[in-house]
Amino acid sequence: MSIPAIAIRSLSFSYPKQEGIQFKDLNLEVDDGERFGLFGPNGAGKTTLMNLMTGLLRYRKGSIRLLSHEISDHPKSVNKLFGFVPQDFSFYPELSPRENLSFFGAWYGLGQYSIRKRTAELLAVLGLDEVSNRMVHTFSGGMKRRVNLAIGVMHQPRVLFLDEPTVGVDVQSRHAIIHYLKELNQQGTTLIYTSHQLEEAEGLCEKIALMDEGKIVVHDRLAILLEEHRQEGLEGLFLGLTGKHFRD
Amino acid sequence: MQTLKATIIKDLKILIRDSMGLVMIFFMPVLLVIVITSVQNSTYELINNNRITLLADNRDKGPEGAQLMKAIEKIGMFNIIHADSSVPENEISIRMHARDALVALVIPADFSTSIQTRATGIADRALQDPDSPVLKKVIFIVQPDSLIMYYHPVMQQSFRQSIQGALHSAVQVIQGEAIVRNLYHAINSRSISPDLEKDILFGQIPITEIPVSRTGSRVVPNASQHNVPAWTIFAMFFVVITLGSTVVKEKTSGSFLRLKTLPSSYLNALFSKQIVYVLVTFLQAAVIFVIGNLLFPHIGLPALHLPNDIPGLILVTLVTGWCAASYAICVGVFCNTTEQSNGFGAISILILAALGGLLVPAFAMPANFQRIMRISPLHWSLEAYYGLFLEGGKLKDVLANILSLAGITICIQLLTLYGLKKKNLI
Repeated sequence: MSIPAIAIRSLSFSYPKQEGIQFKDLNLEVDDGERFGLFGPNGAGKTTLMNLMTGLLRYRKGSIRLLSHEISDHPKSVNKLFGFVPQDFSFYPELSPRENLSFFGAWYGLGQYSIRKRTAELLAVLGLDEVSNRMVHTFSGGMKRRVNLAIGVMHQPRVLFLDEPTVGVDVQSRHAIIHYLKELNQQGTTLIYTSHQLEEAEGLCEKIALMDEGKIVVHDRLAILLEEHRQEGLEGLFLGLTGKHFRD
Repeated sequence: MQTLKATIIKDLKILIRDSMGLVMIFFMPVLLVIVITSVQNSTYELINNNRITLLADNRDKGPEGAQLMKAIEKIGMFNIIHADSSVPENEISIRMHARDALVALVIPADFSTSIQTRATGIADRALQDPDSPVLKKVIFIVQPDSLIMYYHPVMQQSFRQSIQGALHSAVQVIQGEAIVRNLYHAINSRSISPDLEKDILFGQIPITEIPVSRTGSRVVPNASQHNVPAWTIFAMFFVVITLGSTVVKEKTSGSFLRLKTLPSSYLNALFSKQIVYVLVTFLQAAVIFVIGNLLFPHIGLPALHLPNDIPGLILVTLVTGWCAASYAICVGVFCNTTEQSNGFGAISILILAALGGLLVPAFAMPANFQRIMRISPLHWSLEAYYGLFLEGGKLKDVLANILSLAGITICIQLLTLYGLKKKNLI
């Protein structure tokens, strides 16, 4: 039996100086090599859970294991095992894609040779070759998204967290990004993905969890959930389980 | 080490590509130093070489008023405008508001009579037997009416005191002349010879000014020696604007979020910024000193003479830069927005500069401030620079100042570390 990519057990968390509990006794498991989608309305707790899994937030009660390493016990050594592609652009716009990749590569602990090799690979596969020396602040939204993704996978992580990786991009860029993510997954990278683009998510995710008000409402293979709830698509399933009222 | 190297390269590239930032870092401080030195130099020139316009209204028809005017002219400090006839007070006011003159002097109509009467009275009193009963009832010394000096309100107290001092010495010469003449005549029953009168009145022992220097150099410190080091420190600490806001921006940007999920510590980023900005402040100081030394004489300013102990100068500059960079990072860590860091940074540097003796000399500060100034890093830096630039000292002479500056820097670093932990940044 393989080690799960993520194993969350009895996790409780609340923000300091804020009323209410964000999570109480939350359990979730994502298998190694899976394409997993985490969905829910605004305020459901997706980003908080993502931040806890990536060590950006600290928890006191429960356990989060990433490939069997407890996140809170090994903050820096665990960081080599995963990549994070945040929703916000997370690079230096005053630098070129090549310079950004070189800088973040060094921060991932890669050697000079690996940085050069991996930079060339990523620039080619994400269609940034021709603009590799142009400053990123001159790029379109789609190009910036691709740079954002390239940095997250620079060190070939075992687990990749993606928070709305295609928001605000054109069809071509979205296609390129989703295609590349599937390729990465075929090479063994576990994808943990969150988005409001449910149609896109249907094509990408094998397994999903639907969150609402800090709880996992359902968690299973997408096909099984659609059949169980007699829905034709993820959007119908989403609305059926979480309702149509506004959350923010 | 590789992480640090990559971060330094990244920080340098971002800095070099920010043209406005470079202008703020290099051009503005040079401009500041040139402007301040020029202004301070012209103040010095105003008192010593340039002339202050004085509107003179001599209402005295006797010889003493004219003598007084000659004595004032001799001082060489004033460009005198003689009023044709008696000028009413409101006209003096109008002319001074029009900046025709910054100072006006009115010599009263009875000036000569008063001086003569007073001189005769003093001579009579001096020749009386001190035990004579006549002395007690006869001698009456007249106090002359005062001269009136009007001044424009823009004129600061220090200027007024210099002008008053000059006028007092001119009046004293006139009074002295009259007394000597009267006394001589009373004793010898004839007039005093001009040579003797000159010897008595002007044969003062001169005062030679020698600046104290550790090297024995007698070069008189000029406005550049005083101002360039002081305002260079100010400029170095002003990196708080660029560096402080850079830290805030990075902290609130997506890139920081990503850095926090990477295997390397964020301290690498802060350490890199310190190295880059120590280099930047060092270059700032080097550029300013070179300009002071080579360019100033060509733009009518006194040349900045570099200290003999160049290694000492380099060390003081590096420690000052380290402190300035540490302070800027500390401000950036504690502030939540660039508006906060810019506002707090700029005002706090002004306060620390005032406390440190950059705006008003340390020796002229009230006793309480003499103690408080020790918390200002700019004070220790200024003392160290003055030790090298003005006193001709060596590294060992300013070592205590450097150590105090380093001590404050370490305190700032510890405070930054506390801020980073408190804000969950490391």
